[in-house]
Order: sequence, then C-alpha cells, then structure tokens
Amino acid sequence: MVHQPVLAVFARKWSRTFVAVIVGLLVATAWALTQPAAAFAADTAGPCVADSATGCFNGTIKGVGAGVKIVISGNGQEITAVTDADGKWNAAVTAAGSYTLTVDEASLPAGVTLKSEATQTRDITLGFNKGAVFTVNGGSDGGATDGGGTNGGNTEAATGFNWERLAQQSASGLRLGLLLALASIGLSLIYGTTGLSNFAHAEQVTLGGLLAYTFANQLGLNIFVATALVVLVTGFTGWLQDVVIWRPLRKKGLSLTQLIIVTIGLALALQYTFQMFYGARTVRIIMATPQTVDIGPVTFTIESLWAMGISIVVLGGVGFFLTRTRTGRATRAVSDNPALASASGIDVDRIIRIVWIMSAALAGLSGVMLGLVLNGISWQTGMQLLLLMFSAVTLGGLGTAFGALVGSLVIGMTVELSNMVLPGDFKYATALLLLIIILLVRPQGLFGRKERIG
Amino acid sequence: MDGIIKILYDMSASMILPTTAAFVIAAIGLNVHFGFTGLLNMGQAGFMLIGAYGFAISIGAGLPFWAAFFIAIFAGIAFALILGIPTLQLRGDYLAIVTIAAAEIIRMVGRASILNDITGGSNGLTGESFRNPFAEMSLFGDGQTQILWFEFDNTGVNGWWSRAVTWFMVFLFAAIVWLLMRSPWGRVIKSIREDEDAVRSLGKNVFSFKMQSLVVGGVLGAIGGVMFILPTSLQPDAMGRNMTFLIWTAMLLGGAATIFGPILGSIVFFALRLMVQGTMRLIVPDAWMNIQQTEQFSWIMVGVALMLLVIFRPQGMIGNKKELNFNV
Repeated sequence: MVHQPVLAVFARKWSRTFVAVIVGLLVATAWALTQPAAAFAADTAGPCVADSATGCFNGTIKGVGAGVKIVISGNGQEITAVTDADGKWNAAVTAAGSYTLTVDEASLPAGVTLKSEATQTRDITLGFNKGAVFTVNGGSDGGATDGGGTNGGNTEAATGFNWERLAQQSASGLRLGLLLALASIGLSLIYGTTGLSNFAHAEQVTLGGLLAYTFANQLGLNIFVATALVVLVTGFTGWLQDVVIWRPLRKKGLSLTQLIIVTIGLALALQYTFQMFYGARTVRIIMATPQTVDIGPVTFTIESLWAMGISIVVLGGVGFFLTRTRTGRATRAVSDNPALASASGIDVDRIIRIVWIMSAALAGLSGVMLGLVLNGISWQTGMQLLLLMFSAVTLGGLGTAFGALVGSLVIGMTVELSNMVLPGDFKYATALLLLIIILLVRPQGLFGRKERIG
Repeated sequence: MDGIIKILYDMSASMILPTTAAFVIAAIGLNVHFGFTGLLNMGQAGFMLIGAYGFAISIGAGLPFWAAFFIAIFAGIAFALILGIPTLQLRGDYLAIVTIAAAEIIRMVGRASILNDITGGSNGLTGESFRNPFAEMSLFGDGQTQILWFEFDNTGVNGWWSRAVTWFMVFLFAAIVWLLMRSPWGRVIKSIREDEDAVRSLGKNVFSFKMQSLVVGGVLGAIGGVMFILPTSLQPDAMGRNMTFLIWTAMLLGGAATIFGPILGSIVFFALRLMVQGTMRLIVPDAWMNIQQTEQFSWIMVGVALMLLVIFRPQGMIGNKKELNFNV
C-alpha cells in the first residue's frame, strides 16, 4: 500500500467524523430546545462530619425527595434537618446524649404517609454517626431509579423473586452494561495501546457527571448542550493528561509498575479535588422528578431511555471508527503490536494521543449518562464503578475493545440480577467474585490472547 | 506563637502515637509485598480491616485476647490465599486490580446494614467492646507518667501501654523481616522481584514463594489492623482506599526494599502532613479554605506526593535505586 501523509489522512477521516458528531448535536439540540430547561435548585447543606466535638445524625427516607423536615431535639438543642433530592438528611449536634427525632409530617409530599413511627429516640456519642430510619408509604422509589453508587448503610434493597422484578432487573442490567461499556472501552483501549492499567480512568467518569451538573444544573444549560460540552471538555482533559503526564513519562522510560502507581496517585488527587469543589454530597444533574415510561413489564425513566439510545449510537460509532476508518485500524494495529505498527509507518504517539482523547471523552459521556440514570453523581461514583469496569474489561479480554463491550453487558446484567437475591450492598462483591472466577478459569478473558497475561 | 508550638507538639506526639506504630506494621507488611517481592498489593488496608474485624468480633463473642489475635492472623492468611490463588500466576496488575477491589468490598460488606449485629454496620464497633482484654494485660499499672513533654495514662485508652506494645512490635517485626530477607528464603524472594523467569529456571516454585510473601505481608497487615483499632475504635471507613494509599506513600517516602524505610517514612510522613495541615489552618483564612477543605487539600497533596515520589525518587529517602526493579 502506498503510504499517504498520515496527517492528511487523519484530517480527512476525522473531518467526516466531526461532521457526523456536529450534525448529531444539532439534531439533539433542536429536540432539546422544545423541552423545559432544567431548573436551578439551591444546594442542600453540606454533609455533617463527625469529630471530637460533633456527632452526626443521618438517614435516608426513600422515595420522598427533597424538602422533608426532621426535627432533632434534646440536650438543649433543636435542629431541623431537611432531606435532599435523594431523601438523604443529616444533622450535626454538639452534645452527646439522647435525642428525639421527629419527622414533620406536614412536610411530606402529597400522597405520602409515614409507615414508621413519626418519632424515634436515639443516643449519640460525639465523634460518631448515628442513623435513623424512617419509611414511607406511597413514595416514588421505583425500581427504575435504583442503581449503582448506593453507599449509605441504611439502604435496604427489596429482595424476593417475581417475574416482573426479573424483567425490570434485566433491563436495568442492560442499561448499566451499556453505560459501563462506554467507560470500559476507553480503559481497554488505553491498556491495549500503552499497556497501562489506568486506575484514574474512573475519575474521568466522575468528572463527566460533575461537569454535567455544573453545566445543566448550576448554569441552567439545556441537558444536550451540556452533554456536548462535557464530551468536549473531558476529551480535552484526556489530551491534556497525555501531553502533560503520560507522554513525558513514556519518554522518560518509567516502568509500567511506576506508571500504575502514578495513576493511583492521580486518582486520589482528582477525587479530593472533586470533593473540594463539589463537596462530598451527591448532586443531581436534573432536578425535576423523572418521568417514567412503561415498556411491557419494565418501567424506565425518559432519561434512561435516552442514555441507552445514545450509548448504542456512540458504541456503534466507536465500532465503525475502529473497523472501518484508517485511524481506527491503526489504533487496533498499535494495540496488537506497537513495535510492528511503528515499523510499518504508523505514528504510535499520535494514535496513543487519539486513544487518550477518545477514552476520556467516552468516559465523560458515560459519567453524564450514569449521573442521569442513577439519580445523581458524587465524587466517588466513578471509583465505585472502577471494579465493574476492570471486571468487564478482564472478562472481555484486556486490550480488546469488543471484549470490553461484551464484558460490560455481562457484568452489568450479573450485578443487577444478583440484586434480586442479595442486598444492594453486596453487588460489588458479586462483581469481584465474578472477576476472581474469570481469572481462575480463563485469565485472558473471552476475546483476549494468552500472551497478554504474562 | 501558640499556634506554632501546638503544631510542633502535635507533630512530636504523632511520632509516638500507637496508631502510627500500627500503621508502620502494615507498611512493613506492604514492604514485604512490594519492596522485596515486587507484588503490587493495592489493598493493604483491606488486610488491616479484615484483621481488625476478626479480632473485634472474636473478643465480642467472648474469646480471650490471644485466641482473638490468632483469629485475626488467620483472617489475614485466608484473605491472602483468596486473593493470591487467582492472580499470582498472572501479570502484576491483576493482583493490583483484585486487591484494590477486595479491600473495598470488605469495607462495604462490613458496613452493610444487614450485618449490623456483627460488624456494627457503618458505625463500626466501639473501642469499649474489644479493648478491655488488652488493657487488662498491662504491666504498667494505673496512674500517669510524664516523659519529656508527653503526659499520658499508663494503661488507659491511648496510654503508654499501647504505645510501648505497638512500638515494640514494630521493632520486632522489622527485625524478623531483616532476618527473613537475609535468609535463603529472602534471597529467593528478592530474585523473584529481579527476574521471575530466572528463578523459575532454577527450579523454584515462583507461585508458591510469591504466595508465602503475600501471606507474610498480609499477616503483618492484619496485625497492624488489630493494633490500629485497639487505642481507637473500629470504623470501617477509616480503613478504606485512602489508608492503602497513605501506606504506599509512606513506604515509598522512606524507601521501599529497606528495613527502616517504612518506619522512617511513616513517621516523617505523618509529621509532615500535620505540619502542612496545621500551617494551612494558621495561615490560610477560612474564607479561602475551611477546615474540611484543608483536609481535602491535604489528601490532594498525598496523591500528588505519591505521583512525584514514584516518578522522581522511587527509592525514597534511604532506599537504593538498584534494589528497586519495577517489573510488572
């Protein structure tokens, strides 16, 4: 094959992709302009941090949303806590002892009544958190809004088997799998082209979700415009990372072990940077109560359907890019054998740069979608998904993009289905168990080759 | 001026804290993994947590101190075997993935509300529920003692007794590791770090040696966990990923693959962190950064320090660059 100037080919092939992206964005914007803009909502109080002078009461009232008041009184103090969008509330007290916690029933949303006693008594020690559980009848806690990223100690997943639940959980699994695939393809491509297990990849996901919150919620931009902006910004951070950190370190000849530790340090630094700017709370990208659609036995929010649709389209686009375009084929060549690719005239550094940009942008997009379907995003959302991503990528075969897709679907499905028999807190344990089994039985994954595993 | 004296006092007090010593024990364990064997264990805090749970739950069930202590050790061994068997025959980063995940899962399962009666859920277990058998073993009696400018109870929570025992353990384990690494076993371990295939061609069972190293370091992690909760309480969130990263940073700061590196690194690291935090609280006005944010900022600094250390000075303060072979 006659070797063409790489840059020219690059420009031509990519201009087509860019045009496609822009047309897609215009269509999306046109649709979106007909939708009501996301309302800006005031933030709830920051989280309570227990220290030697403070004790924290906290809890979650599932399905009531923001604005329910809980009055905490005792030891000469009276504090009112208000639930946030997820029904979470917390309050700081400065004296140890016994307190009565009362839900202000007048502040409950219409049609919602308390199932538990309205008043509970709790003892608290300074420096500790104390939970109190109130439950309601008629809350809006549908299965469709249930998902990963739950972290609280007070969440109890409903367990028990019935066919509707099976259908619902399978659909949720498919949704999680698709969104996971967006994030893990990047992880797999970076591994394939550079050999690096990027532990900071999950932070790109978080960044995407948090930026979407800033754009859509705080600045009040239309959600589709916000998403497009997020993709651009996260793509830019991918480029920036490669230019500032990874390329110089490759040139410096750092070993992979050192690079892995660098990614871990970076992940830690990024997580706390997020916390500094957004606090430790979960923020919601769209404040309006999600509308739901019934498809057969399955209930989905509109956002979920959009998220799944967009994922499928984007995944298709990535597949097209990798198999049909010149740059995409070059990417796979580098992934296969960097030395040989370099010898046959492929600019390996350029491919790696493209892979970083693409991976970061895809992860950012995945973050936006996850934030929409999981009812919010916090500084640790990505970190909690990291295990799922690694499991997915390992199952599919490290370094193979299509393996990552299949692996993500399987992992997403397994995690959500395991939720039927296990409490929600255990679903990551299921993913780990799966990962360990894969490593024992077929460490190279479904589509990987044996030589990769060392 | 008072502020500066307080910072200096806090720094010097942190150097002899029993929790610092417990942390050092875990760091010595990690050094066996990474420094000497080259294993990327990214879940040392998980070993600590499982040891801590093993100990605290056993005491809660009415077992005597030593029985509970050995249960903690067995928990560490079992955890090492479960994580090691699937990963130690594969490339190094698989161990990293599995350990980082397993440590998080121990924490999540521990704080699951369904296990509230056993693990205390997200509140953890209070110190009173497991510390008495240890305090009863005290040789120091009651009362208070002042040494230099430190005055603590002889036996009470966080007193001289727990300081003496944990620091004695630090030097005991440092000596044990020193002896181990001079032994034929240690030489095999170190050659695995240098060149696994060469060791294999000499007829050694590399998998088995790696597994033994993982168990040794994991047991040290579990003991570190037990000692860590004794003067405080068992809070699952205190032994999460951040703890692992702290241990890594401290170990690399002191110097991996050296005997005193983890000890020196931990002491210097905690003192430095207190200094940065204390100084920032003094200098930076609240309007710029409140206390929570200085805390977060200090974590960002830990992450950045970890990156810079590994890039520019992987051998740390007293390490030897030739001793470090970063092969995956």
